[in-house]
Amino acid sequence: MIKRSVLPILTVLGIILTVWYAGTVGMNWRVESERLERMGLERTTMEMVELTMSMERPILPAPHQVWAEIQSSVFERSPTSRRSLVYHAWITLSSTLVGFAMGTLLGVLLAVGIVHSRVLDKSLLPWIIASQTIPILAIAPMIIIVFNTVGVTGLLPKAFISTYLAFFPVAIGMTKGLRSPEAMHLDLMHTYNASRSEIFWKLRLPSSLPYLLASMKIAVAIALVGAIVGELPTGAVAGLGARLLSGSYYGQTIQIWSALFMAAFMSALLVYSIGWIGAWVNKRMGARDVHV
Amino acid sequence: MRTSAPKSFNLTAPPVISAQNLDLVFKTSDGDVHALSDVNLDIQKGDFVSFIGPSGCGKTTFLRVIADLEQPTRGSITVQGTTPHKARLDRAYGYVFQQPALYPWRKIEDNVTLPLEIMGYTTAEQRERAAKALELVDLAGFGKKFPWQLSGGMQQRASIARALAFDADILLMDEPFGALDEIVRDHLNEQLLALWARTEKTICFVTHSIPEAVYLSTRIVVMSPRPGRVTDAIESTLPKERPLDIRETPEFLEIAQRVRDGLRTGHAYEEGV
Repeated sequence: MIKRSVLPILTVLGIILTVWYAGTVGMNWRVESERLERMGLERTTMEMVELTMSMERPILPAPHQVWAEIQSSVFERSPTSRRSLVYHAWITLSSTLVGFAMGTLLGVLLAVGIVHSRVLDKSLLPWIIASQTIPILAIAPMIIIVFNTVGVTGLLPKAFISTYLAFFPVAIGMTKGLRSPEAMHLDLMHTYNASRSEIFWKLRLPSSLPYLLASMKIAVAIALVGAIVGELPTGAVAGLGARLLSGSYYGQTIQIWSALFMAAFMSALLVYSIGWIGAWVNKRMGARDVHV
Repeated sequence: MRTSAPKSFNLTAPPVISAQNLDLVFKTSDGDVHALSDVNLDIQKGDFVSFIGPSGCGKTTFLRVIADLEQPTRGSITVQGTTPHKARLDRAYGYVFQQPALYPWRKIEDNVTLPLEIMGYTTAEQRERAAKALELVDLAGFGKKFPWQLSGGMQQRASIARALAFDADILLMDEPFGALDEIVRDHLNEQLLALWARTEKTICFVTHSIPEAVYLSTRIVVMSPRPGRVTDAIESTLPKERPLDIRETPEFLEIAQRVRDGLRTGHAYEEGV
């Protein structure tokens, strides 16, 4: 099982690294050779290749440069230091989790309302869909500024942006899930003269869990994106978004890429965590095949 | 040919289910569908009544009207002397669907306790009744399994146990064995008869199998489609004790022949239109 999945992953990784290294040499070549020209220096091709991979501010840093930066900023610095990537990752992660939790709650509540009320069904859904057509990059600064002026700063405004993105897939998925019981399963409840709340707790909710968990996977990933976007407009004090922004101010491409990889790693970890929770829930619910 | 139900011989007890001039019209985008037309039927306590006929004859619809899952357009129907709605609120019947309709996330035992939970039985009583119901359908010891771990026949038996758990007087069964193979079906028919003898419930049983209807019933209601109506109601002369090989006796074959004739009459009517 593990053997079967390791080989494809390594193959893909190998291809990515090869393309990346080729890109590093290709994209940094001109800048590096111009620099050498200005200094009147001559280098062989092999030396040039080496130099393109060890520039301080490359257009595209080499994988090993990014890895070295991640290593030093993760393992060699105290996690409470402002220069530690763990510190910034935690700032982003905490507002991601808060925003994700609020978004999931909001999405579930909306779905429950939509499924149980014809009025909400007709009135809310178009607005929910419309809310997601607004580019988050445009609305994020306004949310941050509005909250700052009323004195709410720090984690919460960023978390609200995560919430804004995360509630959507949950609302849609949960609505579908709550409506997923078969007619026969519902008829059965009617023959028992079950109340709406009994139908909800004993039938609709359990039926909806697979849908909820699938939509939570999407929600947690975009909650992270929301948190990073939320860190950009505040002048980037802390968080992975801040690392991205300050990296681009000062041309620190290596810093940008290591922050990006940290974000990707965190995102994968979050999505898999939801997957593991889902597998556990499915197993508890007697599912035949359990997939993460 | 239109035969109304034979008059009851037992004049003291009112019928458990009584339908008079029952009409039901479904409004669809293709126009009206006359699912039930002028259905008159009395079902006595302890009867085992089968409804047989081709698809579209309204047999399932009639069962759903009894269960208050469909509302008749015209006519009247009483269930245990009251409206189907009140009877449903009183939990007068257990309903067995074409598919087991077990909740996949509940263990067999918890599926059987589902109606009991809703009806407010204590946990101890739920367990006790579930165990008893599972024993009635020969599933003792399977309570801790999830539905997918059981065969189709066992799942359907579990759903019968669920319908029996709260001890309603009426059992409504909508082609419960339709999706099962012949061997399993024979076995379940035998078990159902034994169960009926033991519990003395009134059973309404929808089927499209002639041998099944004749083997099980005290009365066979033959129905035909477009519009859905009762064309014949046959009192069975078979004894209450019925081994499987009763199906080879001339008496059995005679009743089966009458059912077949009834079904053919219905079809002739349809072709003549």
